[in-house]
Amino acid sequence: MQTSEMTPHTADASDDLPLLRVSNATKYYGDRIGCKDVNFELYPGEVLAIVGESGSGKTTLLNCLSTRLAPTSGVIEYRNRVGAMRNLYEMNEAERRMLMRTDWGFVHQHASDGLRMSVSAGANVGERLMAIGARHYGDIRATAIDWLDRVEIAEDRIDDDPRAFSGGMRQRLQIARNLVTNPRLVFMDEPTGGLDVSVQARLLDLIRGLVSDLGLSVIIVTHDLAVARLLSDRTLVMRRGHVIETGLTDQVLDDPQEAYTQLLVSSILQP
Amino acid sequence: MTGQDTDMFSEHYNFAYLDEQTKRMIRRAILKAIAVPGYQVPFASREMPMPYGWGTGGVQVTAAVIGSDDVLKMIDQGSDDTTNAVALRGFFIKTTGVKATTKTSQATIIQTRHRIPEEPLTENQTLVYQVPIPEPLRKLEPRETETRKMHALEEYGLMHVKLYEDIAKYGEIATTYAYPVLVNDRYVMDPSPIPKFDNPKMHEMAALQLFGAGREKRIYAVPPYTKVESLDFQDYPFEIQRFEEPCALCGAENVYLDEVILDDKGGRMYVCSDSDYCEERREQGHLGHMAANPIAEPENSGPRA
Repeated sequence: MQTSEMTPHTADASDDLPLLRVSNATKYYGDRIGCKDVNFELYPGEVLAIVGESGSGKTTLLNCLSTRLAPTSGVIEYRNRVGAMRNLYEMNEAERRMLMRTDWGFVHQHASDGLRMSVSAGANVGERLMAIGARHYGDIRATAIDWLDRVEIAEDRIDDDPRAFSGGMRQRLQIARNLVTNPRLVFMDEPTGGLDVSVQARLLDLIRGLVSDLGLSVIIVTHDLAVARLLSDRTLVMRRGHVIETGLTDQVLDDPQEAYTQLLVSSILQP
Repeated sequence: MTGQDTDMFSEHYNFAYLDEQTKRMIRRAILKAIAVPGYQVPFASREMPMPYGWGTGGVQVTAAVIGSDDVLKMIDQGSDDTTNAVALRGFFIKTTGVKATTKTSQATIIQTRHRIPEEPLTENQTLVYQVPIPEPLRKLEPRETETRKMHALEEYGLMHVKLYEDIAKYGEIATTYAYPVLVNDRYVMDPSPIPKFDNPKMHEMAALQLFGAGREKRIYAVPPYTKVESLDFQDYPFEIQRFEEPCALCGAENVYLDEVILDDKGGRMYVCSDSDYCEERREQGHLGHMAANPIAEPENSGPRA
């Protein structure tokens, strides 16, 4: 097993340097803009929310950042574990895929996109370990049990298929599956979408706990400003493919400067 | 047409049925396959005069490598006289006129379905496997684009997910045939549906091993003396099937046995699946407890009933 991939992220001097740097990221779909001239830096341990209405380019941007979709132009750099800043799209595919399954996580909106629905919960959690060379069944299973416990899934469900799980459980399983290799950066695409409010609240609580325990950096895409408020340190507001406002989450949500952000904030229903 | 006629050499076909250009195309695929052990080489599989599933891939490989001085042995589930073996042997006798044999040691080309002969093969022999599904990752990952990428980047964690599932569900690695192997420390390969009992025979085998999948249009190979490792876990190592009793006919131990049901009252016998091996042993005087040959005096027979 490549133990270097497994060490949890610890605070060190490189915490002062950005983990991810996005410079003029632009994606065109033909003539149409997906996202245009996006610039930001993400620091270790930081949670960044990307908010905006449907079609504003949030998911396009997330896909560009997570190497799932090549941008038309612009540079996206990531600081790897040895401290070198690498342009993601100049890395070869093997390196990118290695990143995706060790140093990074991706939590999909629909758990069925992120899980193997036909294999047991334990194997779902263990897959990444086996992918980086774990070959001891007992150890893999013990790690899987530990992670299921951390996302509040009972140990006796370890051999059940995710198909037998509720929506909330599937989402928690997906998180466990991603975090098992102790990634440094996790992308989340509407992780609470499609869940009812009480389940959402528990999931958000869990994510918040894990993020602070593990010192994760997270980029979370959401249309739900409450999710942004609860989880994120900084928020980036997108509209028609452009970033129109950015700042500390509380600042952006409490004192929005842009007319569109004001509209977005004021459109939240108050129960 | 009598049964004998179908086994007679016929001048009406090009040698080995396929035209020369097709054979060259297949040979090129075979050469590439040998050069990259375990890698699945796509080839332009032809429509053969038999249904898919009957060994169209193996037949095309054999047709591409066979010469008029070759001696052909054709086996199906270890046996020389089951339908598939008889049909394909007849096909090659008719289209090439080569000599056919049931003796493993006399054959230069052995085409097989589901077994590797018990008798160790030599450098002068080629073993041709009929393969239904060449992709070992297929049941785990349905996208061909993705499985190709996984092979290219050596991402084989998924294969262990399958073995993990076996242990989680059955307490052991329950895969008993088509057990995945790692060839030459590089490619994970499906050894075709041979019992895992035969997997160790592939390792460092003296004979050339060729695999043909007709419907899936893939050829792959294991050159002589190549490392072939069965995948496993450190705490659940690879194991082959064990049999409690020797062959009921020839008394052989440490061979792969077929269970034959004798009646509806639980009566059964275990006999060698390799029929030629079993016959040869009986000719040498080895008898099992059900051999029913009262005249021959057994020397090294297994336990008598």
